[in-house]
Amino acid sequence: MESAYGLIRTKEAFMKGLFLLCAVFSILALVTITVFLLVSGIPFIAETGVGEFLLGLEWAPLADSPAYGILPMIAATLYVTALSVVIGLGTGLFTAVCLFRFCNRRLAVVIRQMINLLAGIPSVIFGLFGMTVIVPFVRDYLSPNGVGYGILSSSLVLGIMVLPTIVSVSLDALNSVPESYYEGALALGATKEQVTFKVMLPAARSGILAGAVLAIGRAVGETMAVIMVIGGSPEMPTGLFQSVRTLTANIAMGAMELSGDALSALIATGVVLFVFTLLLNISFSMLKRDKTAGKSKGVLNDKK
Amino acid sequence: MIKSKSHRPGVLFYRILRYISIGAAALAVLSLAAVTIYVLVNGTGKLSAELMFGEYDETPSILPAFVGTLELIFIACITAIPIGVASAVFLSEYTGGKGKLVRAIRVATETLAGIPSIVYGLFGYLVFVVTFGWGYSILGGGLTLAIMILPVIVRSTEESLLAVPAAYREGAFALGAGKVRTIFKVVLPSAASGIVTAVILAVGRVVSESAVLILTIGMVVNKVPENVLAPGTSLALDIYYFASHGYPDQAAATSVVLLVFVAVLNLIAGGLGRLLKRSAGGLK
Repeated sequence: MESAYGLIRTKEAFMKGLFLLCAVFSILALVTITVFLLVSGIPFIAETGVGEFLLGLEWAPLADSPAYGILPMIAATLYVTALSVVIGLGTGLFTAVCLFRFCNRRLAVVIRQMINLLAGIPSVIFGLFGMTVIVPFVRDYLSPNGVGYGILSSSLVLGIMVLPTIVSVSLDALNSVPESYYEGALALGATKEQVTFKVMLPAARSGILAGAVLAIGRAVGETMAVIMVIGGSPEMPTGLFQSVRTLTANIAMGAMELSGDALSALIATGVVLFVFTLLLNISFSMLKRDKTAGKSKGVLNDKK
Repeated sequence: MIKSKSHRPGVLFYRILRYISIGAAALAVLSLAAVTIYVLVNGTGKLSAELMFGEYDETPSILPAFVGTLELIFIACITAIPIGVASAVFLSEYTGGKGKLVRAIRVATETLAGIPSIVYGLFGYLVFVVTFGWGYSILGGGLTLAIMILPVIVRSTEESLLAVPAAYREGAFALGAGKVRTIFKVVLPSAASGIVTAVILAVGRVVSESAVLILTIGMVVNKVPENVLAPGTSLALDIYYFASHGYPDQAAATSVVLLVFVAVLNLIAGGLGRLLKRSAGGLK
């Protein structure tokens, strides 16, 4: 008898260990990714000089005296991300508000499902759409210099791409605001519109902010859609209608043809991008913690 | 004299905001729908048997991409599903969601989910192409994708495991089943619908991904890969290749194939989820 119990106990312990091992795999993977990137990227940055690499204005890895400055790419990334999030947040937030209060309930459910479905469209298809529709449109009707590729086109494509994220996160945030806020404000004589914009929206702001950070992360990290519409010249961005290159585009465009030092430069670009997204991740989880804290406070107030 | 509500100054402003928000919703739906409709309308007419199933000679074909995509799905799934599900089992069944280790695991999964795909691509390149010396290969691409979809699988599997009522587990324990038996015979089957949905969504990400693959599988579009260690291509990668190498018609047609593929996966995920939920409900 005892040996049978022992067998079962061993089996239980073994399986628990196996489950634990699998669970720890995520940590292991993250550590491995970080180590591989840093080990291959940091020596190159140190060799080039941190200042020269991050603040250098010229990117010419194949020149006789190669220069590896990624400031134009950092600037382009920030520029494109900011513009696309403004476009996406402007449209997405109002869309969420509309679905939340100013829209037939049944229609709102259908629209929401549709938007969720569209979130699954592969980014390369957005890129193709940008290349064949948005770029020619920008070139023919908006651009003063006849250039369609560039910051405006990329921001428009990315703005459409981040819409589903912003709409669904904002809508969740609005829905988690206690209904008593709404009723209370109505009882004080505010109109439905006033309540929605002045009470519900501010009450949901930390959730909405978290959605915005998520959208920024997507815009910073998006590669395929961007390289198809950005143009690709590693120049300092000065206007909306100019071919530039983001950090992600720099990696993807260089990856196919470079080797040696130039390749290390790409990996170093990847390190910068990685640090960028880590910072975004940290601010996102801080916002989320803030949100749950705010929510429990709301519940307390309700009880009073 | 009492003014009617709508004549107070603030009221009008917010009424205008209301119309703006309705307009924004219309714009959002329209722009997203425009992408889908444009791709379908523009590409469907350009589909041809030659493109779909022909040899890649003078005219391009996406047959190598079909093979490559299926191999990638297979490799990513057989790697990520066992690890992801087991990881979720550990988080939900053995820890109660508390403790330092659990927090570390959660932070790691969240961070992994936030890393841009091109960085995964660089990692895959450094590990599989350079360090392992495989060169560009479908196996390397598939394994990189597996790490990428792991957070998706862990998170949604954990959610569906937590949704299994505690009474099921207690019932199994009362009948004398051990923890492991309870997990495999009671908990996992009851959560099957959620797990299957998670897996299909993860497959959707594998199919849609292309930035990772540029750096890991080599974008060899004109040859059906002989084995998993050979370089290859995928449907999404083919679209990029066609679009940037002067085959706009083929890019449009391939987009239709990819879009239909993704849509079918989503439909299956929805339908299967509902079906399994119903049969699980029948058990009660």
